[in-house]
Amino acid sequence: MTASVPPLLELRDVHKSFAAVHALRGVSLELHAGEVHGLAGENGAGKSTVVRVIGGEHRPDAGEVLVDGQPVHFSGPRDAQQAGIAVIHQEPTQFPDLTVAENVFMGRQPLRSFRRIDRATMNERAAALFDSLGVPIEPGRITRGLSIADQQIIEIGKALSAEARIIVMDEPTAALSTVEAERLFRVAKRLAESGAALLFISHRLEEMYEICQRVTVLRDGSLVTSASMADLTRDDLVRSMVGRSVEQLYPSRDADAGDEALVVSGLRRTGVFADVSFSVRRGEIVGLAGLVGSGRSEVARAIFGVDALDAGTVTVSGRRLPLGDPRAAIEAGVAMVPEDRREQGLILDLSIERNATLPRLGAVSRWGLVRRSRERDMAARWADRLGVKRGRLADPVATLSGGNQQKVVLGKWLATEPAVLIVDEPTRGIDIGAKVEVHALLSELAASGIAVLMISSELSEVLGMADRVLVMHEGRLTAELSKEEATEEKVLQAATGGAQ
Amino acid sequence: MIKPSARESAFAGRELGIVVALVAVVVAATVAQPTFLSGQGIHDLFLNASIIGLLAIGQALLVITRNIDLSVGSVMGLSAYLSGQLFLVDKDLPVIVVVLAGTALGAACGAINGALVAIAKVPALVVTLGTLYVFRGIDYAWASGTNTTQINAYQMPQGFLSLGSGSLLWIPNLTLIMLVVLAITAYGLHNFRAGRELYAIGSNPDAARLAGIPTGRRVFGAFVISGALVGLGGVMHAAYFGTINASVGNGRELAVVAAVVVGGVAIFGGSGTVLGAALGALLLTTITSALPILGVPAFWQRAVDGAALLVAISLDRAFMVRLAERLRAERAVRRAG
Repeated sequence: MTASVPPLLELRDVHKSFAAVHALRGVSLELHAGEVHGLAGENGAGKSTVVRVIGGEHRPDAGEVLVDGQPVHFSGPRDAQQAGIAVIHQEPTQFPDLTVAENVFMGRQPLRSFRRIDRATMNERAAALFDSLGVPIEPGRITRGLSIADQQIIEIGKALSAEARIIVMDEPTAALSTVEAERLFRVAKRLAESGAALLFISHRLEEMYEICQRVTVLRDGSLVTSASMADLTRDDLVRSMVGRSVEQLYPSRDADAGDEALVVSGLRRTGVFADVSFSVRRGEIVGLAGLVGSGRSEVARAIFGVDALDAGTVTVSGRRLPLGDPRAAIEAGVAMVPEDRREQGLILDLSIERNATLPRLGAVSRWGLVRRSRERDMAARWADRLGVKRGRLADPVATLSGGNQQKVVLGKWLATEPAVLIVDEPTRGIDIGAKVEVHALLSELAASGIAVLMISSELSEVLGMADRVLVMHEGRLTAELSKEEATEEKVLQAATGGAQ
Repeated sequence: MIKPSARESAFAGRELGIVVALVAVVVAATVAQPTFLSGQGIHDLFLNASIIGLLAIGQALLVITRNIDLSVGSVMGLSAYLSGQLFLVDKDLPVIVVVLAGTALGAACGAINGALVAIAKVPALVVTLGTLYVFRGIDYAWASGTNTTQINAYQMPQGFLSLGSGSLLWIPNLTLIMLVVLAITAYGLHNFRAGRELYAIGSNPDAARLAGIPTGRRVFGAFVISGALVGLGGVMHAAYFGTINASVGNGRELAVVAAVVVGGVAIFGGSGTVLGAALGALLLTTITSALPILGVPAFWQRAVDGAALLVAISLDRAFMVRLAERLRAERAVRRAG
């Protein structure tokens, strides 16, 4: 880095408050051309606020934002875009009914005579753009049905077509499989090489080490450190993020497996998965690994009865379940914490206690009427047990942080005292501190005799938590590995269909 | 090289489906009564479909943006009544002045709806349900205030009436007007940024805002254009029927929304074409005309409109589910390949 060239983007002592909450207290940050800069910190540390200030969605209360060494004042996302800034949001914002090319060029379509849209040029440019990213996506297809990974590539294409030089990626890998993340990293590196400045936010520290040159760590809205990645050990990084040393991300646990609580055999849903047979014992955590789209979540949904099955049997505690009947599954003692807690696991506008007691309304009702006091008692018991930080149980779930929301979902299902617990991506998008707590909770549950089936895209989580690892590839089980056998390499090989 | 998207080709299929249904109804009616397909019969079919088609084109613009206008029947009634009243004041008024006045009144009503939706952020369903009654109330108050319950053909100039009944090269004037409007809106929606932005807004309103699209202005504009078309439709109704009272257009909103949805415009916005909406209007009109011939009493018409609406929405649902499954399967294949 030559000192004479001003950074492409600089934040100087930025402060931002929302009502009583001091979200940013004097954050400074420099993004240089050709550099991937990591932004680390727990949830609530102020990362999102930094992103919004850079993206023009928030105006700082004090301090300066400088582009090319010149102070700028954004009054909206439009201004930031015009200054060459592109923000790639955690959840891509696409128009599902429109074509890929239209998504890339919306509002900036190339024109021909009479200000008409030049579709041919638009599609050609989009195709060229995706070629340059090394990711072929057909420009003429509609966006609906594309994977999140592909949608992010479209967002990047959007940023490139707008000639953005400063690209902010807000947890882009949260929903990606390892292979998809690798592809994203290649694209990000290529962008940096071509002179862009990238700000990369992630909860996965391995990723930070893989692609970032520098990192800035925030805690409680304050700048903790800004250092070269090479000068910072993993322990240093974690300690600066959480303010304490995380002894162990994964609790040690003596697996004391009992009877088979869940036995599935010959599950088939045509076109999605086939020949899926396995069992989970009481007290055991079985990890189900595989790429996104390999059929993991679909298998879980089918076991729970949300999706129909074309063949196969599901047996819980020796009782065969009728297929496609979630009610019967719940009654037999199956609980499922779905992949997308916002869409499938929680009713965000409802209070914490209402959410927590939803599957157990029978137990808190008399003569069909819900009794508020019992509802509150039950919710409070579980919130305490799970260590959910809560203002008031009557507050809407939407006000909780991601980690605490996940705990409410867990609590909701644990209230049914299940024999089998299926968790799909239990720690996606939650911070390290909360992750540790969720992991501890899962292992405590297993120790209490619950059979846990855990689906996760995070390899280290699968390896750290599971007593046994099942790997899926294109709808089929391709490997079953004991804790001792399971290594990152073996799981990845099975997940990508490589030879055993 | 670039294949049409799954959705686009599927909706070309939708328009084909309407045409097939149309042919089936016409064949059945013609078998029952051969004059159904006579020159006069076809002429009448198109004439009857023209006004509802015009309204459906406007409604499609709104539904594409994930909005709806339930007040179209009332606005049409107001505009028709205005046409009659203008001629009562001065029978020698040039026809074009009346046409423009009716269209402007419709645009003004659309602007009121649009302002409440785009600026006051009230859901369109609620706004236009309210204005449905407000506009109709104004219509009735006007009629009773001027003591004119009905305006008849003899009170209107011949030039105006022949606008409604005349034709050019065998094509009814009203159908020509509808076709011109259809061509312009279809071309505009497909080829101009503002047109694509209407789809973007309906497809994902939040993303549209993030993309810097002036969503409020676009939605407001769609309401004004749709209102203007409804106003024009009201004038056309006055010219065609020659008899106007304060209940013109009562309950038309159902038929219009049904035509749009039957025509393949997704009720939650983002996709569909004005051509589809116009074809939907033609199909529903044809069914209505065929009912008495097939031995079904005409008072079943509204039930048929409602049933068509339900069938279309159910088909759309089923189609979306299948599309999602197909896209998933394609993705799996791509992964494997």
